[in-house]
Amino acid sequence: MMADTATIQKLERLALQLRFDLLEMMGVGKAGHLGGSSSLAEITACLYFHTMRYDPANPKDPDRDRFLLSKGHCVLIQYAALVELGVIPREELKKVKTLDCCLQGHPDMDRTPGIEAVTGSLGMGLSIALGMVLGLRLDGRSNRVYVIMGDGELSEGQIWEAAMAAAAYKADNITGIIDFNRIQATGPTREILDIPDVARKWEAFGWEVLKIDGHDIGQILEALEKAKKITGRPAVIIAETVKGKGFSFAENTAAFHNGILTEELYRRGLTDLQALHTALDARYAKEKCS
Amino acid sequence: MTPNPNMRETYGLALLELGKANRDVVALEADLGKSTRSVLFQEAFPDRYFQMGIAEQNMAATAAGLALVGKIPFIHSFAVFAAGRAFDQLRNAISIPRLKVRICGSSCGLSDFGDGKTHQSVEDAAIMRSLPGMTVLSPMDSIETARMMEQLIDWPGPVYIRINRNNLPFLYPADEPYHIGKITQLRDGADVALLAAGVMVSRSLEAAGLLAEQGISARVFNLSTIKPLDREALIGAVAGARAIVVSEEHNIVGGLGGAVLEALRAVPHAPVELIGIGDCFGMSAAGYDEILVRFGLTASAIAGAAMELLRKN
Repeated sequence: MMADTATIQKLERLALQLRFDLLEMMGVGKAGHLGGSSSLAEITACLYFHTMRYDPANPKDPDRDRFLLSKGHCVLIQYAALVELGVIPREELKKVKTLDCCLQGHPDMDRTPGIEAVTGSLGMGLSIALGMVLGLRLDGRSNRVYVIMGDGELSEGQIWEAAMAAAAYKADNITGIIDFNRIQATGPTREILDIPDVARKWEAFGWEVLKIDGHDIGQILEALEKAKKITGRPAVIIAETVKGKGFSFAENTAAFHNGILTEELYRRGLTDLQALHTALDARYAKEKCS
Repeated sequence: MTPNPNMRETYGLALLELGKANRDVVALEADLGKSTRSVLFQEAFPDRYFQMGIAEQNMAATAAGLALVGKIPFIHSFAVFAAGRAFDQLRNAISIPRLKVRICGSSCGLSDFGDGKTHQSVEDAAIMRSLPGMTVLSPMDSIETARMMEQLIDWPGPVYIRINRNNLPFLYPADEPYHIGKITQLRDGADVALLAAGVMVSRSLEAAGLLAEQGISARVFNLSTIKPLDREALIGAVAGARAIVVSEEHNIVGGLGGAVLEALRAVPHAPVELIGIGDCFGMSAAGYDEILVRFGLTASAIAGAAMELLRKN
């Protein structure tokens, strides 16, 4: 089922707003994982604002779907979504990664409402998702667990242990999403340690594989719906993305995997996002006329 | 229930009882269920038993997920793998959010005497003790194991329990109440305080007998909760003694001995000697007693250490 234009436009605007929030959290002179957060803006917007069963007024609702960021260093994008949902107060954005603040450098269940697990030591999210799904199944619940992994993170052996186990347990309430931005902390994933045939690997491990453009809202929504309908085995969405998407100076580079914005770069980032905002407005006006 | 002298069997039976009492209890295994005796739970509750294959890291983090949706997972492996192979998962996924995951370190210490150094855990208590919020238990016999297990439904945060592979003598006093953190006195005496956990409690009691033959009176305490160690109770237990010997089936670095010395810091106390594995790995042996003797984990070593402390001080 194709998503309607209004939904797509709403989610495109939200994804852009998440990027504005990322920029606010980055500020000037603070290190932050801008690149891998920004590559997830559309996916995060689609999950929290459309696909997931999630009531921001009741973030502990036992019926909620779960959003697990296995690549926990990119938690800034989850903070942005939780701020837009009203789960986290907006004034916290500027305090990110300061002493005693609610928004820690990696997902922290103690301090941050809406965080579902402690992740960040890479490779653990899929296992945690499997445990959640097995436990929820025992209780007769049908919640879905969405777990987002990085492409570089696929080097972690535990992911493949979990992939085997999730298939063996027919954990079809897990949707895995791979943020396939092709760049990890210190360079291109292909140069650090090439992981060839990612789709075939998942297929061989017993998963249904869906491949999409991870910045195309229509494709994301369609894949998420498709994944829901697959029974008897889990599904993974390989989302081709651009690291640093939306920030001209950060796109396709490892420099802003965990980078610091100067005053000048911060202003460039703002200009970039404002230009995207103007472009969205213009496109929507045109779509309305045609 | 007539107690079984085998700690592993007792553990498995106690887990089964917890499963009957509470439907949120689940068990995960890494293909050692016949040895850890989690297989008893599997037979009774196949739906709540998750065979994870030989993949301890995935097992530990899967348990975190189960705990996050309200289950009380018990995970199983040999102590050396339970603590060592999945340390990062125990640290980040379980300990940081203080999840109610119970980690059974089976065949602890040298108790897997035949399999040699790769399978003998000389360091598991030290590893687990270093994790903030981790409770570390080392029962001395099957009676105490069963009593500990009864507490593991409600006890907050993660728990690591060291389970011996072999039959151990019954020592826990029949009508003695039990709670996690309890320091149990098993013998009274004026001169020397012998502190121990696990199999070394029985050796310490034997040592007290040897010391009595020399006219030295020794009190013996079971410190089966290595963490959190009841500091006030410990200070009281050693008060007035002229020598303290701490014994454990573990490296002398970082285990119960270290915990006792940390707890006694800043208060005046008698000189302390540690009986344990001397910062080395184990080896294969034909029997349990034989390997304990080789590594100096004996009543005579404990008594000798106590006498040496008295002589020098």
